[in-house]
Amino acid sequence: MDALSRRARFEREVLPHLDAAYNLARWLLRNDQDAEDVTQDSMLRAYRFFDGFRGANAKAWLLTIVRNASYSWLARKRPTLAAVGADVSPRLDEPDALETVATEETPESLLAVKTELAWLQDSLDDMPTEYREVLVLRELEELSYKEISAAIDVPLGTVMSRLSRARTLLQRKLALRQQKEASRGL
Amino acid sequence: MDCERARTLIDAYLDRELAVETSAELERHLETCADCRARYEARRALSAGLQNPALRRAAPERLRRQVAAAISSQAASAPSRPARRQWLQLAAASVAAAALGSGTTYLSLTPGVAPGLADEVVSSHLRSLQIENRLVDVPSSSEHTVKPWFDGKVDFAPPVADLATDGFPLVGGRLDYADHRAVAALVYRHGQHIINLFVWPAGDSHTAGTTEEQRQGYNVVHWADGRMTYWAVSDLNAADLKAFGDLVQKQAAAGGTPE
Repeated sequence: MDALSRRARFEREVLPHLDAAYNLARWLLRNDQDAEDVTQDSMLRAYRFFDGFRGANAKAWLLTIVRNASYSWLARKRPTLAAVGADVSPRLDEPDALETVATEETPESLLAVKTELAWLQDSLDDMPTEYREVLVLRELEELSYKEISAAIDVPLGTVMSRLSRARTLLQRKLALRQQKEASRGL
Repeated sequence: MDCERARTLIDAYLDRELAVETSAELERHLETCADCRARYEARRALSAGLQNPALRRAAPERLRRQVAAAISSQAASAPSRPARRQWLQLAAASVAAAALGSGTTYLSLTPGVAPGLADEVVSSHLRSLQIENRLVDVPSSSEHTVKPWFDGKVDFAPPVADLATDGFPLVGGRLDYADHRAVAALVYRHGQHIINLFVWPAGDSHTAGTTEEQRQGYNVVHWADGRMTYWAVSDLNAADLKAFGDLVQKQAAAGGTPE
């Protein structure tokens, strides 16, 4: 066994994506300490499975591991989260609920929303996990549709439509916030 | 292209996921349709907002070090005992490979030093910091409290020195495990840096001076004085940790610990 070159290869190809791993875990779990634990666990898991990794894209591969570890963590530690969570949180196992969220046509009021950092942060945190995850993978981690499709294990077309709905929903949340702020200002 | 089709393609266009011909078709539509163009501009603004680097959470430095060290030792966070043993064997193998490869690693030249010990103490150090209430079993800045605490817990009397006047106050002591035996871990502090000093009897092994090395961002200083073997681990800089080691050696040699 060539343990040394394996480690060197891991440190060269996978370790540089530690920030991406933590970022995804942090957005999925919404808690610093949980994200640290899951990231560390994921990195060790990745190291253990590294021999089986033959692909060219170590980042997408690592994020798949982090994503799965995060969901396991959520299921184990916060089994009630999906039910209690954000206002429109659809259950993971109910794809139909996903489909009905944010399918409305884009009203004019959504076209000129402010994208202030704090608002984006709050609104993104408040999104259902499935939408938050595609936005983080696409916008923050810059994964391609194909990579996202592999990471979250859904068809390419679903990535496209989910991302589109996620953006619409996010615009709607921002617009709502903007309305509230405006009425408070009066 | 009509508006309905354009709307379904806007996101993919924004993400540069459309085929060249479809992109061109959509662009032609956007040129002529103000509604769809406004929609596209709103999406683009949203996307640009989301790409603000401030939204991307960077891994904390602590996590970076923990992961690096855990990978290095492969022992730090394996939960079950059998699994942990496997990791240790792996770690030992990797160190052995390093020693074989270079032929100049001090480990390969120092008889009596088990390969992997540096990794082992680094992961013990990490565990002591990671797990809540794990750092010290006996919190005390007094050598007269810490030293007797080890009575009956280990089969030797660890030399405990008070180094507060030198800038290394004692934080306490802890029972730990290294080299397949129970060892004394003495915890010191220097500024914000925690130092773990692992001590156990070394038979008659005697290192010529002190060895220093770095393991994934942690400094490790090691020596043996013919009675005890010592491993100091910290994120403290190498020079200060070496100075700490020298102080401990001096105290021990001065017989600060009779018996």
